[in-house]
Amino acid sequence: MDIDVSVRESRFLPSADLQNLLDVLTEAGYECIGPRVRDGAIVYEPVTRAAELPYGITDSQGPGEYRLRADAGGRCFAWANGPQALKPLLFAPQESLWMVSRDAQGRLAFIPAQTLARPIAVLGVRACDLAALRLQDAHFRDGPRPDPAYGARRDALFLIAVHCTHPAATCFCVSTGDGPHADSGYDLALSEIDEGFLVEAGSVAGGVILRRLPTVEATTRQRETAAGEIEAGARAQQRALPGTDLRDTLFERLEHPRWEEVAQRCLSCTNCTSVCPTCFCYSEHDAPRLDGGESAHYRQWDSCFTIGHSYIHGGAVRGGTRERYRQWLTHKLGGWHDQYGRSGCVGCGRCITWCPVGIDITEETRAICAD
Amino acid sequence: MRTEPWSNPHLPQEAEIVERIDESDRVFTLKLRFTDSTQHDAYRFAPGQFNMLYLYGVGEVPISIVSDPEHDELLDHTIRRVGRVTDGIAALKTGDRLGVRGPYGRGWPLRELEGKDVLIVTGGLGCAPSVSVIQYMMRRRARFGTVTILQGVKHYHDLLWRARYEEWAHTPRTRVMFSADTGGPLWPWHVGPVTGLFEHIDLEPGSTLALLCGPEGMMAATVRALRGLGLADSAIWLSLERSMHCAVGQCGHCQLGGKFVCKDGPVFAYSDIAPLFSEKGL
Ligand SMILES: Cc1cc2nc3c(=O)[nH]c(=O)nc-3n(C[C@H](O)[C@H](O)[C@H](O)COP(=O)(O)OP(=O)(O)OC[C@H]3O[C@@H](n4cnc5c(N)ncnc54)[C@H](O)[C@@H]3O)c2cc1C
Ligand code: SF4
Ligand code: SF4
Ligand code: FES
Repeated sequence: MDIDVSVRESRFLPSADLQNLLDVLTEAGYECIGPRVRDGAIVYEPVTRAAELPYGITDSQGPGEYRLRADAGGRCFAWANGPQALKPLLFAPQESLWMVSRDAQGRLAFIPAQTLARPIAVLGVRACDLAALRLQDAHFRDGPRPDPAYGARRDALFLIAVHCTHPAATCFCVSTGDGPHADSGYDLALSEIDEGFLVEAGSVAGGVILRRLPTVEATTRQRETAAGEIEAGARAQQRALPGTDLRDTLFERLEHPRWEEVAQRCLSCTNCTSVCPTCFCYSEHDAPRLDGGESAHYRQWDSCFTIGHSYIHGGAVRGGTRERYRQWLTHKLGGWHDQYGRSGCVGCGRCITWCPVGIDITEETRAICAD
Repeated sequence: MRTEPWSNPHLPQEAEIVERIDESDRVFTLKLRFTDSTQHDAYRFAPGQFNMLYLYGVGEVPISIVSDPEHDELLDHTIRRVGRVTDGIAALKTGDRLGVRGPYGRGWPLRELEGKDVLIVTGGLGCAPSVSVIQYMMRRRARFGTVTILQGVKHYHDLLWRARYEEWAHTPRTRVMFSADTGGPLWPWHVGPVTGLFEHIDLEPGSTLALLCGPEGMMAATVRALRGLGLADSAIWLSLERSMHCAVGQCGHCQLGGKFVCKDGPVFAYSDIAPLFSEKGL
């Protein structure tokens, strides 16, 4: 496998100085969000002290399986992504779009929701999630009608990537071309080695922060060690999709018997769409106040696995689990090519890990696309 | 591309019901005007496009615009009561307020229609998107060739706007024919599916465009019949209906394969959706 993982022009930050990074970011006005252990999983939460990070913790993942355990290495980023992506920080699980008030004469006044976007710095972002962010940007920000709430939060985001050295058994970002090395889209990128971190700047804002850190020039040996670990991580991946453009194959096989077979196992529970960092569906609702003078119009995440997703008067277009699983997979790996010029899957493996019955997107895709 | 005047693409504007017309016990027409006159004057749309109408405290529904884009001062919407929001809108009277945002989507291919014979096949209760394009052509009759309107209904009671069809039928080079799945003693027209009317018309496949609107089953049968008569896939246009929450290509509800029906449609050339359209449950 040919992956360019050379870690160039990097500075070295000793392990003991990671706290400096948090402090410099805080001084620059960012709230820091980083990986923390919560309820047996690694999630992104506010972090102020480096000691709160998951030192000495690693994970084991499989279809329908996720466990944390101690890791002898004592490193900070020796794990693969947990359930939560960057998505909820930008595309809120629930938020008001506008309010409307009605006066005694029945006149309506519509007031757009204001988004107070605090500057946030996220530490520990993986290559797959950066790729997913580019897709969400294309969907919510870069079209003719950009979403103001998403855009405001996106502008206020500072991203500190960590090149991934510990892919889970469910990861397959190499086959989608999205990892484990973070190529672009970050402000800073870290490579963790035993004695500390190699730090690269990926933006002007990142360069400003980097210059304030107590770094020294990285040695050739440190750079080679870091690159070697990323390459080893890439080689360790056990899963793969059978191609990066399966659009035509999938849409030619809408009658494949596998759709019915997987529908027998799928619970239509929506876990996969909730953890997927690229899924963008939402539904809109009204919440009128009891006194009748005001109503909030809000959106919340939706999923093509719900019957309401395709509901029009008279019934749902996608009435059964077969049609809904087919929508998920043909959209993710097919429709995205028409919409945004590439597959909607970045190989993060979350939908495999968090599926209660362990349905594996790579296995289903191979079964449907085989020969 | 339009970012003004609504930089928040989800935000409706207030509109007033200037007139309400009951077309049948379940179908009614609202004539609307934005209460902000600048907004009203700036508003432009094309036949086949739709608005999102918002009922206070309940929600929004996509509804086609049936008025004439150049001649009418008000925005007409003909609505059938079928559920929560449309039942609520049905209870409104002249002077009541709604939220409106739009226009959305791509309408009928007006430029391609010029100089061509046009066949319109509709099914169901007074299919609003087809009414808008028929009226558009009738008002500019000289620009189009022969216009043939085939209207299918379930039951003969369901035929709305008899007077309007009557008027169209008396327009030069215009034919109007009906079919009903269930006829009655006073039903002089065809009984059976609307495709049964094809025996009674002759088409010039090379110079005819067909515009379809109605239930997908009826449209699928019509597409098959038209292809049998030699119409090219790119000469057949359909107006589709899907669940729509945002109308701006974000919420994902209206997807059909890689298309967002709200912004890539709701009107599509059959050639653009051919492999998707014939598949049930996509
Ligand atoms: C482009 C376009 C143009 C249209 N033009 C017209 C027109 O000109 N005239 C006309 O009469 N109609 C038109 N329609 C159809 C019209 O939009 C629907 O009839 C209307 O949305 C029905 O809304 P309702 O709340 O009254 O009905 P309901 O059946 O109560 O609700 C439909 C919507 O409510 C939600 N919903 C309701 N029940 C459920 C459930 N059990 N589970 C999950 N979700 C549910 C869904 O969001 C669903 O989309 C058009 C539709 C489209 C897409
Ligand atoms: S489909 Fe699965 S593996 Fe692909 S991006 Fe979504 S959650 Fe990750
Ligand atoms: S349609 Fe399904 S797979 Fe596609 S974005 Fe929406 S929830 Fe995700
Ligand atoms: S209606 Fe929301 S994407 Fe089309």
